[in-house]
Formats: sequence, C-alpha cells, structure tokens
Amino acid sequence: MNKTLRIIFLSLILFLLCGPLIVVSGVSLNAKKRLFFPPEGISLRWYEELLTESSWLIPVQNSLTIAFTSSFIALSIALPLAYFLWRYRVFYARALFTLGISPFILPPVITALGFLSFWVTIGFYGKMFATMISHAIFFVTLPLVTISLGFESIDHEIVEAAETMGADSRTVFKTVVFPLIRPYMISGFAFAFVLSLNEYIVAYMVSGFTVETLPIKIFNSLRYGYTPVMASVAVVFVLLAVIIFGLIGRFGDLPKLLGAMNPENK
Amino acid sequence: MIGERPKGIRSHLPVAYPALMLGIFFIIPFGIMVAISFFHRQPGGFYIPGFEFTNYKNLYTALFGRTLSFSLFVAGLSAAVCVSLAFPFTYFITRMRRRTQVIWLVFLMSVLSLSEVIIGFAWSLLLSRTAGISNLMVWLGLMEQPKAWYPGFAALLFGICYLAFPYTVLVLYPPLSRLDPALPEASQTLGASPLRTFFGVIVGSMRNAIVAAFVMVFVFTLGVYLLPQILGRPQHWTLSVLITDQAIYQTNMPMAASMAIFFMFVSLLLVALTMVIGKGKKIKTQ
Amino acid sequence: MAGLTLEDIHKNFGSVVAAREVNLKLPHGRFVCFLGPSGCGKTTLLRLIAGLESPTQGHILLDGEHITWTPAHKRNFGMVFQSLALFPHLSVGENVTYSLRVRHVKKSTQQKRAAELLDLVQLSGFEDRHISQLSGGQRQRVAIARALAIDPLLFLLDEPLSALDAKLRESMQLELRLLQQRLGVTTILVTHDQREAMTMADMVVVMGPDNRVRQVGTPLDIYRQPSDTFVADFIGSSNLLQGSCMGAREIKIGDQHLEVAEMPAGVSDGTSVTVSVRPEDISVLPGAEKRDNCLHGTVSFIRDVGSNVEIYLNCKGLQIISQSTPKGRPDVKPGDEGTAILPPASCIVLKS
Repeated sequence: MNKTLRIIFLSLILFLLCGPLIVVSGVSLNAKKRLFFPPEGISLRWYEELLTESSWLIPVQNSLTIAFTSSFIALSIALPLAYFLWRYRVFYARALFTLGISPFILPPVITALGFLSFWVTIGFYGKMFATMISHAIFFVTLPLVTISLGFESIDHEIVEAAETMGADSRTVFKTVVFPLIRPYMISGFAFAFVLSLNEYIVAYMVSGFTVETLPIKIFNSLRYGYTPVMASVAVVFVLLAVIIFGLIGRFGDLPKLLGAMNPENK
Repeated sequence: MIGERPKGIRSHLPVAYPALMLGIFFIIPFGIMVAISFFHRQPGGFYIPGFEFTNYKNLYTALFGRTLSFSLFVAGLSAAVCVSLAFPFTYFITRMRRRTQVIWLVFLMSVLSLSEVIIGFAWSLLLSRTAGISNLMVWLGLMEQPKAWYPGFAALLFGICYLAFPYTVLVLYPPLSRLDPALPEASQTLGASPLRTFFGVIVGSMRNAIVAAFVMVFVFTLGVYLLPQILGRPQHWTLSVLITDQAIYQTNMPMAASMAIFFMFVSLLLVALTMVIGKGKKIKTQ
Repeated sequence: MAGLTLEDIHKNFGSVVAAREVNLKLPHGRFVCFLGPSGCGKTTLLRLIAGLESPTQGHILLDGEHITWTPAHKRNFGMVFQSLALFPHLSVGENVTYSLRVRHVKKSTQQKRAAELLDLVQLSGFEDRHISQLSGGQRQRVAIARALAIDPLLFLLDEPLSALDAKLRESMQLELRLLQQRLGVTTILVTHDQREAMTMADMVVVMGPDNRVRQVGTPLDIYRQPSDTFVADFIGSSNLLQGSCMGAREIKIGDQHLEVAEMPAGVSDGTSVTVSVRPEDISVLPGAEKRDNCLHGTVSFIRDVGSNVEIYLNCKGLQIISQSTPKGRPDVKPGDEGTAILPPASCIVLKS
C-alpha cells in the first residue's frame, strides 16, 4: 500500500479520535467555567470539587457499586453458559447463545423499557438492586463473547492430554480450562464494568429518580447546571482505562485477548 | 471429550443457573412489555390489563413515521461511514509490528471508556463557535470567522461515528488479524496494483466480516439516546428519545411499549435482510 | 537471453541480516533451487526477486534491465506461496484467471486459458468449484495454474510442497519438474529439503547460516565436490574427519595417514583441513585387515532400513558411517572388529 497515503489516513483518524480527549482535558483544567479558545488559565479546582463535593461523590459511589456488582453477576451468568456450550453439544446451544446476546444487540431503549415494565410490576422500581440486576443482564453479552472467544482458542488436545493423565472433568476445569480462560474472564469483566459506569438509559429508566448514577448526574449537569467537574470525571475514567489496558498490554497478550489468532511477532 | 452429548439430566445442571437468570430477568420482562403494549391506558398515567390494539393503531402518526425513518436513515448512514473508515484502519493496525499494535489498541480502549454523554459534550464544544475547531482554523488563518457547527445533522453524524468507531474496530479486529498476509502479496505478484488488491482481495475475502460489522454498528447506533439530544435539533431526535419520552414524561407505558415492539421488529427485519444480502453473494459463487 | 542477475545484494531487517553479498547469474529456462537451512535467507532472496521486498543494497537485473525498484505488480512473474494464498472468496476458475482479469483480458480468452491451465495441472472441469471443497494436493495445483496464467518470465515457488504428506510430495516433485521442462519457464524454487533440490534442479544455490551463498552448481557437482564443510554436511550425509595436511597428497588424521587424490589450492603443510567422505564410498571388511587408506575400529551400530544398510564404526574415537546395499552388506554385527576402506578419489579435502 502506498506508504504516504497510509500515514495520512492514520494521522487523520488519530487527530479526529484525539479531538474530544484534548477538549475534555482542556475543560477539566480550565480556570474558568466556560471554555474559550485559546484557553485562559489552568486550575485543578474541578478535580478538587469532584473529590470533595458529596453531590458528586454519591453518584460516583453509586456507579462504582452498580458497575462492580453487575459485572460480577454478568460474569457469573456468562461463565457457566460459555463453558457448557463449549464442552457439550446440545440441540439448544444456538438458542441459548442467542438468548445470551439478545439483551445487548437490541436497541437499549427496548431492553430498558422491558426492565422498567418488569420492576414496576414486581414493585422494585427505584431500588438500586433493580439497577444492578438490570445492568447484569444487559451486559451479560460482553463476558459471554469474550469468554467464548477464549474457549475457542483452547487447543482440544490440551484437554485430552490432561484426561489421559488422569484428570476428571472437575480437575480439568480447575487446572487446565480455568487458568486459560481467566484472562478472558477478566477482560469480559473489565468491558462490562466500563460500560456499566457509562450506561445511561437503563439506569435512568429503572431507577433514575432515586438512584443517581454518574452518567445521569452528568447529563443533568449538562442540561440544567453545567459544571466542568464532569470533564474531570471523564479524564479520570480515561486515565484509569489507559492504566488498566496499558498494564494488560504490557504484561499480557492484548492482541490475543481481542481475538487475534496470529502469534507472529513482526 | 469436548463436543460430546451430555449424559443424563444432571449434566445439564451448569447451564440451569444462567438459563434461569436470563429467563426470569430477560424473557419475563420482555413478555410483560409485550403484554403492556396491549393494555389500556388510563388518563393520568396508569394502565389496566386488557387487550386492545389502540396503542398499535396510534403508531400511524406522522411523528412516529418520520422519527422511525430518520432513526433508520441515520443509523444506516453512520454504520456505512463507520465501517468504511474502520475497515482500512483496522487492516493497517493488524499489519503493524506488535508493539505499535498494542499502543494503538490501548489508545482505542481509552477512547472506548468515554461515555456517550461525554462524547456529546466534547463534540458540542469542538463544533461550537467559542472553543472549537473553527476557532482553531481562524487562529491558523484558514477561516475568517468562527462558526457554530452544532446542533445539526452533521454534528450528530460525527458524534455517532465517533461513538461507534472503537466498537467497529474491535469487531473487525479478530477476522482481519487472521487474514493471511500472503493473500495480498499473491494478488500483487499476479499483477494487481495495491489499490486493486485492497478492494479486490482484502475487502473481497473479508466480505462476511464487513457485513457482520455493519449489522452490529447499525443496531448499535439505532439505539442512541443521548447524542441526538446533545448534538441534534428536535427534528434529529431518534426513536429511542420518543419512546423514553412516552414512557417517562407522558407516562404512557402502553404506547411506549407498542413503539418499542414495533421498533424491535423493524430492526430485526433489517438485520435479517442485510445478512441475507450479504451472504447471498457467497451462495452464488458456490 | 541473459536471464536473472543479482548484483551485490544485501538485505537487512533492522539489525538482522537476511542476505549478505549475494551475486548470482541465473540461466534462462532452467530449474533453479535455493537450498539451505531455516533462516539462511533463501526465502528473503526469492521475495526480493518477486518485488515483495526491496534490497538494502545491490541491484536486480532481468535480461540486462534494472528491475530493482519495479513494484511487484509490474514484474510479470508468477509466484506460489508456502500457504498457497488462494483467494477464499473466488472459485477455482476465478483464482486461476485473476492475473488475466487484472490485465483486462477478454472474457472468452480468459475462459479458454483457464481450461488450458486446469488441463495442464490435471484439474479439468474444476472451474466452478469452491476452494474449500478441494484437497491439499488439488489446492497445490490451483496455485500452480494461477501463477502460470500469464506465461510469466519467472516462476517462483516458496517451499510449496512443505504442507503435503511424504508420498504426495514426492509425486509433486516429479510433476513440477516435468511441467517446467514442458513449458521451459525459468523456475526458482526455495526449499530446505536437499533431496527435493537434488530431484528437481538443474542448478542448486546453497545458502549457509551466515546468509551467504556457499556454492552454486549442478546437484551432482555439489554432491561430489562440496566447496566447504557446511555444504558437505548439508547435502546428503557425509563423514567429516578433522586432520592436517602432510604433503601434496597426504592427510594426517589422529595418528593415521590418509592418501587423497587432490589437495585444494592454498593448503600447505600443517594446515588444518577437513576430509569429507560419502558413506556409500566407504566399504567395510570384517576383522582387522591391512589395506591402503583404511581405518580400524569396532562396529557400534547397524541401521538396516531395508533399501540400504548403514554401519557405524568406532575407529579410536572417530565415528565412520558406511553405507551399502543389502546385497553388498559385510558380515559384521555390533561389537565385531571391522576395517573401513576410504578410496583416495572419494576423499574430498575441504579447508576447515
């Protein structure tokens, strides 16, 4: 491929991708409330506010709690499902897998409305517990897909070798399958976690008026009382993602985790 | 032995918990929503169980029709733009040295961590008159006066494509990384220029992956709720906005439910159609 | 026709040297093999010729014209890749006529040519089949047909037979050789299998682990007169004995003396040399016989593979391997005393 064309294309995409990152960082460090270009004055006050104001700390706490528990529950559902579909051949495999990915492939508003109807009927509308379960189901797809990818990459002969050496199903799972699947479980959890932190519509519909999550707070802030603190939140999230994925990239096999089957080191 | 049939009812046990959870917390909510779409709405916001088609009949409004077509249009367009940009981008990434690849992937993951609302906010700034790209252009001397490029259709499109881009790359990454590097080389030794190789061989052999990516992005962007409100004018609001409006602000759950069900059918239909068209070509060569 | 010339070719990938000081003149219309162990640079050389890589230094000329900087898609060569690289989304016929389609050849001509080519590789009627429906050997043939579609100036093959099983590989070697002779196209095949090179090539280019060309010649020349110890060891099997020069025709090995037919130039008394003797040239007699140019020892191992017999003799710490036909097998068993006879004409002296 023409080298210069490729460089131009990649640079353009890089520039466009960076744009919002730069702008958001700029807002979070801006001394004044409104951002003008060229910028005027740098200050860390918005970060301070994020860490001290309870009006921000509570949504942060809510979001983290919901993200953590829902990702965990999602993982607990996805793991046995993916394992079962890989280990055995059943006629309902296709149907079950489709069920597993349905919550996510439908437009979120539909799933959100479904959850709303459910919780209202049951009577748990407005409880944080409802948001946790709803997020868990909504995000089941992510660990399901990553873990299935992981299972796909397991060489069947490894399992067979273990069996010939005397390991029963349980031992095979504990000593061979689980360690190989673990990185995919972690990445599935990480994806669900990040998405749950940023998810708006399900959280809003299910208990938006009582449980204020971070995205809800930010959107409200955007509509009714703009404050650059939301930019600080975004910057913190991005830095967190860079650290976590940077660590995975440095010490793990990020390309393999994302599905690359090419072990060639160029 | 992997891939064998499970013996006896007990060996189906591991899958009971996930099936139960999905059954109770997904299928049942869905069923309830379907039921509600047939319920009777009482003035004041509540609804009583019943069976009527009123809610579906009420879909035949200009507003619903217009919003539905707009949602489909903007989703289709963003999907097309996104995949067209992400495909060569991902291809280049998969051909890079491992270290460079990892750096790009970590960068994409951090872009992924931006929530929809933050992306909307950032683009609203970038396209504003006071602190955006147009200000940069004026500063560089490329433009005379700063302009506000938002709210508007282009702004919305930009925002949606930006939001969907990392996901598109992640979906295209596995198949593209498995592409035999000898394939484009063979094409070149057979006389095809690099451009022709790209479209004829690389795009050609990745047809199925491209269709799958398109479908995924299409469904994904169909569901955007926040971006239309931040970057677009009311005429750009999508069906998700309308449905939420009905459910929360108009407290008309049955109406919202019927809209949602209809919406779902239309999107599933389009997905099926796209897959048939995409796979159709493959059947012909066989 | 001058054929292909490589002048002073160097290729680095960063700090890794892939090919060093390569100077070759390849004749027109011949079957050439680039032979060597993994990592010696033979595939790199092929890729440089194909235009898939550019040399760090040096020139490539075709019939006197510089093609060093011509891009791959303008060189009009045909190449078969190790992974075959058949286009999965195209049928057999579409794969084969790809190079014609790219050159905007008329549809009817394309179809005719496809039929011709598939006939040539014994896959007549396979035009509409899908790649996934073919066996390994059939895919091989499609790759060959595809590379030959435009009657290329050079036919390049990168370890094309490595994925096939042994029997199929042997029959394909013969087929490729016959095909090349029939078409008369200049062919370069890369392989690490010296038997393959010996079977198919008119000319063998041996590359060593130092990424240089070690020897160029016909298969038999290289076999009988290896230029150095690496070539002697890589081609066929050989006994390599360390010794020192003791005059115009004598080598001292340990405390024994061996007469040789020829001494290479530049070797004086006392210089260390290596003597290479092919196992099939050594005969073993039972017992401790007194003959000219012989080594005494004990039989340590006998390998009988049915078609030939190898006798391992331990001569005062030196291992000598002798090979004979079943009929000519000496009457010895492991533990017996034996005498190995090394005819002077078969002792090749190599500089160490």
